Amino acid sequence: MSTIDPQAARSENVTNIQVDARHEPDLAIHVEDLTVSYGTKPVLWDIDMDIPPGVLAAIVGPNGAGKSTLIKTVLGLIRPAAGHVYIHGKPYRDQRRLVGYVPQRTSVDWDFPTTALDVVSMGLYGRLGWFRRPGKREKQRALAALEQVNMSSFADRQISQLSGGQQQRVFLARALVQAADIYFMDEPMAGVDATTERAIIEILRKLRDQNKTVVVVHHDLQTVTSYFDWIVILNVRIIAQGSVADVYTAEHLRAAYGGQIALLQSNSFTKDTQG
Amino acid sequence: MAFPGFLADYTVQTVIVGASLLGLCSGALGCFAVLRQQSLLGDALSHAALPGIAIGFLLFGSRQLSILLSGALVAGVLAALLIVLLTRRSRLKTDAALGIALSLFFAVGVVLLTHIQNRENASQAGLDAFLFGQAAAMLRQDLWILGTVTATALLLVISFWKEFKVVTFDPDFASSLGLPVTALEIVLTTMIALAVVIGLQMVGVVLMAAMIIAPAAAARQWTHRLETMLILAMVFGAVSGITGALLSSLARGLATGPLIVLTASGLVLFSILFATRRGILWTAIHARRQHANLITQHVLTTLYQLAQNHHNPAYRTEQGMVVSYYGDAGNRALSELDRLGYVKPARHLPEEGTHWILTAAGIKEAERILASLHPVES
Ligand SMILES: Nc1ncnc2c1ncn2[C@@H]1O[C@H](COP(=O)(O)OP(=O)(O)OP(=O)(O)O)[C@@H](O)[C@H]1O
Ligand SMILES: [Mg+2]
Repeated sequence: MSTIDPQAARSENVTNIQVDARHEPDLAIHVEDLTVSYGTKPVLWDIDMDIPPGVLAAIVGPNGAGKSTLIKTVLGLIRPAAGHVYIHGKPYRDQRRLVGYVPQRTSVDWDFPTTALDVVSMGLYGRLGWFRRPGKREKQRALAALEQVNMSSFADRQISQLSGGQQQRVFLARALVQAADIYFMDEPMAGVDATTERAIIEILRKLRDQNKTVVVVHHDLQTVTSYFDWIVILNVRIIAQGSVADVYTAEHLRAAYGGQIALLQSNSFTKDTQG
Repeated sequence: MAFPGFLADYTVQTVIVGASLLGLCSGALGCFAVLRQQSLLGDALSHAALPGIAIGFLLFGSRQLSILLSGALVAGVLAALLIVLLTRRSRLKTDAALGIALSLFFAVGVVLLTHIQNRENASQAGLDAFLFGQAAAMLRQDLWILGTVTATALLLVISFWKEFKVVTFDPDFASSLGLPVTALEIVLTTMIALAVVIGLQMVGVVLMAAMIIAPAAAARQWTHRLETMLILAMVFGAVSGITGALLSSLARGLATGPLIVLTASGLVLFSILFATRRGILWTAIHARRQHANLITQHVLTTLYQLAQNHHNPAYRTEQGMVVSYYGDAGNRALSELDRLGYVKPARHLPEEGTHWILTAAGIKEAERILASLHPVES
C-alpha cells in the first residue's frame, strides 16, 4: 500500500543520530522521539511515527494509552517533554492551514448557547483572521458542510438539543469547512448508531480518495480492517505501525492490550486479519 | 433639565450612572465567566482585593480611589497566579484552589483592616466601606474610571467576539486554529478582575461576585444565542444597578450595594421560574402541552388504523371506544381534533353515542404522523 517502511526509517535514526529529519516532505506526518508527560508521569514514551499521505489511518490502543495525547501533541496543544513533529516536512505552526481537527465530543460543554451552524462556522475562524466576522460566504460554506453530513435541517438548532451522533456530525462538519489536507479525528464514531457510522466512514473515504490524509482514533477493533488502510497501535509506546494488511495481527494487539486480548481474541476479527 | 425631586441630587445622579455602568460591564464580562465555569473566580478575585486596598492605603496613605483600586488589582492578579500555581503544582482541584486563595487573601485583608482602624481614626480611613460597599462615597471623577473600564471591556468584546467565543466553547480547537488561547484567556480574566475591582466601592468585596454571576445567569435562561445572552446580561446588570440606586435613594438608610445585588438575584429567580425555553414553569407547561399533543396524535392515528382495518376511510369510531382506552384525555383529544378539522362527528343509529369519522385532512395528517414515526433511512 505504501512505499514507506517506518521500521527502516527508525533504524536509520538510531545508527546516525545526526540525520536531519526535517526533510521528510514525502510524509504527511512525521513524529520523532516524542515523549510527553503530565507532571512526572510519561504518558507517551519515545514515539516515532510516520504516516504517508493519502491514507485513512487508525490509531488504536486501550483506554489511557495516550491516543488523545498523541493527537493533541501533534497539533501543538500539549508541549512535549522531548521530540519533534513535522507536517509535510515542516513544523505544525507553519502548516496550520493544512490541518483539520475533530476533538473528542465530550471535551466541550454542549450546553453552550449557540447553534449547529455557528459551531460549524468556527472552522473558518482561522482563515478569517482577526477582526473579520463570518459573512454570507462563510455561512454558505458552513451550510454546505452541514449538508455533507446530512444535518442541514438542524442548522439553527441549539447544540444541546442535538443527539450525541448529531453533535458528532456537527464536529465533523466543522472540520470539513477547514478544507484541510490532513485531518485528525478523536473518536468521531464514538456513540453513534450504525447508520451514522456508515455515513461518517463514507465521508472519511471520500476525503482519502481526494488524496487527503485522515488520522482517526478508533475503538472498534472489529471494523479496523474494513475501514482503514493504515494503522498505528499504541500503548504509551508505539507497538506497531504500517499498513493494516501488514501489522494488524493478534500478536501486536496482545502486546498493546495485554490481558484484555483474551477477551478480544474470541471475536472473529483476528481471523480476518490472517485471511 | 427637570428631574423629579431626588433625581436632581448630585450624589444620586452619580450613583445611578455609576451603578448602570457597573451593571453593563459586569453583565457583559460575567457571560464569559459563567460560560467558562469560572463563577467562583469572580468571588476569589473580589475577596483577594481587600488586602490590596489596605496595602495601597498603608503605602500611600491616601484614600484616592485610583490608588486603592490599583492595589486591589495587583492583589487580584497575585491571587489568580496563586490559583494557577496551586492547580498546576499540587493535586488540588480548581475549586479547592479558589477557596484557599479566597480565604487566605480575605483573612490577610481583614487583619490589615483592623490594624489600620486601630492605628488611625477609623472613620477617617473609611476602608471598611469596601466590605459592603458605600455608593454614597462615590465622586463624579470616579465615574471616569468606571466609564473607561466599561468602554474598554465592550470594545474588546466586540473586537475579539469570535475569538472569545471559540476560546470559551472549545479552547483546544481554538488553539489548533492558531489562536493565542493563553493570551486571550489572560485578557478575559484581567477584564473580569477589572470589572470586580471597579465594583468594590459600590457593591463591596463580599457581594461583588454576585454582580458578575447573576446578570449572566439570568440572561442564560432566556436564550440559546451568545449574542442575545450578552445583551440581556448587560440590560439585567444595568437594570439591577439603576433599581438598587433608586431604591436606596428613596428609602434613606438602605445600602445601595446589597440592594443592587438583591435586584439582580431577583432577576435570576424570576428567570429561572418564568423564562421561555429553559424556565421551570415554561418547561412544565411545555411538557404538559406536548403530552396532550402526543395523545391527540395517538387518537388520530388510532382512528386511521381502525379505518384501515375495516377497509373503509369513512369508518365511524365510537367515542366510548376511544374513551375506554385514553380516559378523559380521549374526550379532550377528540374535541381538539374536531377543532382542527381532522374528524367530524356522526351518528350511527339514533340510540347510540357519538361516532367520529376522519376527514380528508385528518387522513392526510395521520399519514404524515405515521411516516414521521418511521423515517426513511438517510
Ligand atoms: N490533563 C491531564 N493531566 C494528567 N494526566 C492526564 C491528563 N490527560 C490525560 N492524562 C493521562 O494520560 C494518559 C493518556 O491519556 P489520553 O487521554 O491520551 O488517553 P487515550 O488513549 O485517549 O484514552 P481514551 O481511550 O480513554 O480516550 C492517561 O493515563 C490519563 O490518565
Ligand atoms: Mg482519548
